Amino acid sequence: MDAILLQILNGLDKGSAYALIALGLTLIFGTLGVVNFAHGALFMIGAFCAVTLQKLMNLSFVTLDETQTDFLGNPLKVETPYVEAWFGPEVGATIIDWSVPLAILFAIPIMLLVGYVMERGLIKHFYKRPHADQILVTFGLAIVLQEIVKYFFGANPIQTPPPDALSGSVDLGTMIGFDPNAIIYPIWRLVYFGFAVAIIGAVFSFLQFTTFGMVVRAGMADRETVGLLGINIDRRFTIMFGIAAAVAGLAGVMYGPLNPPNYHMGMDFLVLSFVVVVVGGMGSLPGAVLAGFLLGILESFASTTWATTTIPGINQIIIYLVAIIVLLTRPRGLMGRKGVMEE
Amino acid sequence: MLGLNKKDTSLLIIVGILTLLAPFILNPFPSDSAMAQFNAGYPDLMQRFVIFGIFAIGFNILFGLTGYLSFGHAAFLGVGSYSAVWMFKLLSYNVIPAIALSVVVAGLFSLLIGFVSLRRSGIYFSILTLAFAQMSFALAYSVLSNPKFNLTNGETGLQVYADDPQILQGANAPDLPHLFGLPMRATYTLDVGAWSFDFNAGYYLCAVVMMVVFYLAIRIFRSPFGMMLRAVKSNQQRMNYTGLNSKPYTLAAFVISGMYAGLAGGLMAAMDPLAGAERMQWTASGEVVLMTILGGTGTLIGPVLGAGFIKYFENIFSKINDNVLHSWFAFLPDGLEDAVVFLIHPFIGKGWHLTLGILFMLVVIYLPGGLVEGGQRLMKWFKRKKSGTDDAPSGKTEPAE
Repeated sequence: MDAILLQILNGLDKGSAYALIALGLTLIFGTLGVVNFAHGALFMIGAFCAVTLQKLMNLSFVTLDETQTDFLGNPLKVETPYVEAWFGPEVGATIIDWSVPLAILFAIPIMLLVGYVMERGLIKHFYKRPHADQILVTFGLAIVLQEIVKYFFGANPIQTPPPDALSGSVDLGTMIGFDPNAIIYPIWRLVYFGFAVAIIGAVFSFLQFTTFGMVVRAGMADRETVGLLGINIDRRFTIMFGIAAAVAGLAGVMYGPLNPPNYHMGMDFLVLSFVVVVVGGMGSLPGAVLAGFLLGILESFASTTWATTTIPGINQIIIYLVAIIVLLTRPRGLMGRKGVMEE
Repeated sequence: MLGLNKKDTSLLIIVGILTLLAPFILNPFPSDSAMAQFNAGYPDLMQRFVIFGIFAIGFNILFGLTGYLSFGHAAFLGVGSYSAVWMFKLLSYNVIPAIALSVVVAGLFSLLIGFVSLRRSGIYFSILTLAFAQMSFALAYSVLSNPKFNLTNGETGLQVYADDPQILQGANAPDLPHLFGLPMRATYTLDVGAWSFDFNAGYYLCAVVMMVVFYLAIRIFRSPFGMMLRAVKSNQQRMNYTGLNSKPYTLAAFVISGMYAGLAGGLMAAMDPLAGAERMQWTASGEVVLMTILGGTGTLIGPVLGAGFIKYFENIFSKINDNVLHSWFAFLPDGLEDAVVFLIHPFIGKGWHLTLGILFMLVVIYLPGGLVEGGQRLMKWFKRKKSGTDDAPSGKTEPAE
């Protein structure tokens, strides 16, 4: 029992990332009808927002401390980060420590802007073109974004540690009545899961309970009619693109401490997220979220030693296998609407 | 000639002459001049031109004719490479059985994948092929290289070891890929004054193979079968309404293009007897898509042009560094020179992929027909300039939906 629970928990963090990226992909596909191959790059840009903020926070100036000397007898050089100088050493150290969560605030406007520029500057011109062209141009854009990040940050993964208070592990088993040490779980993964749930909840309630969201949903159902009612649906869809970009970016920001970001992390996630979207049902938001968590958990079960010894390599291919089976038996996906993109 | 009309015959002959004389054409600069770095006439690069040309021609038969965008074609290339190396390991270093097996195995593999993937069209097809290719990559990279059943040799890559059986390997046959005793690495260098030209056996094998498959591609394009594939592209629904089952045709196109990819993979292994899993990764599939689009989808010569273009500039751009740039812009005032070099720096050397990505986006946005369409537009523009008249209204009509 505790082993099963542990695997479910292990699947949650990857599942959260899949769900968030797939949610963004589905939002874009459902509103604009565009297949966005650059969505993984947005996830990656989000992660690098955290990296950038961390680097900015750690910018420091050097002072000579006359009271101390190094081993050569010269005055010791002390590096003081600017934030510590401005806000005092304690507050400054806390800010640096919490730079990853703080990056959320930093990333939201950036990602909204990136999404807005991308939609207005590029995607807009591809609504009338075939899906193949959309795939190709966003694929090209993904390469470009990835290479730009590589140019500025290098090819190696960059460590982005979580705040001290949230690093380390917690013994979840004792809280729900299992033996001690049965279920030990890193705190940051829990934080990531909670964060993902919060974001997903926010997106859904935004769509469900605001007038703006209602109009967007109406536009998803029948764009033409909404347009005929005198509503500028294009502008709202552009904003939705920005929101989708922000969702992917936030997923990236918080993912850094789990796996040090590098420039091709987006591509790695993109392929899987597409599979998730297909399994969940093209254009179905709840489907994308459900499939994201399901596949994440499934992957974690397939990685157990029992599974890998029974069928070697099952952990590497399970998601693809599931996707192939789903596509062939139920092409509209788990929760897709009938008749949407079934061909 | 050979069942081709006049235009196609001349195209085939031009391509033939260009490929056979490539060692001359690609080496226009004397070998110790400063421009020698733009020479592309060395065997390794010429082989890559031709092999990727074959790969792209095959991909174009699927994508150009039927419009099905496969994102998993590198899997067939990888499978072809693996089977060729296995032939080297088991039989002998002769390339003929190796290439033959790689085509057959890739054909069977693509039959399997095509049968499943072609049940869907549009983006679903792209994602299915992508999923299959990633699955093959994952399998080849890790699972199929366990000690009990080592099919791919994992990260190291499959290669021939001294204790492999090689049952047909003769006592005095060369210890590297050869064609009935002629090693693929055999190179004859012709020195004419300051120029030197390399004639490589492996390159000529690839070139002859490419000529043959290019001829086959022309025949496919002009056949009723090719017509049927085009009909699938223009409106599959209408085809189905007329009571025609288009699936066998698309499947045939998929298998043919898979076999082309396998052939390219086999040749790649024949030039360098090593096969690695990274050849199957989806970025490799993306590369062939780039080549085809860049050259011109659905045209005969486009994919070859695209493959040559990408491979040439990949090679050249990776070689240019800041010193070279400084020597080019030495005529500018110092500050300006540094500024220019600074601006160009991100796009050269390791930045080649950035240039490629930008180029690719520009082509998709402004020139969906690729280099071929660009050439045609230029020709038209020149003609119009000469005659000085505005373009006459074209007689083309769009079919009503």
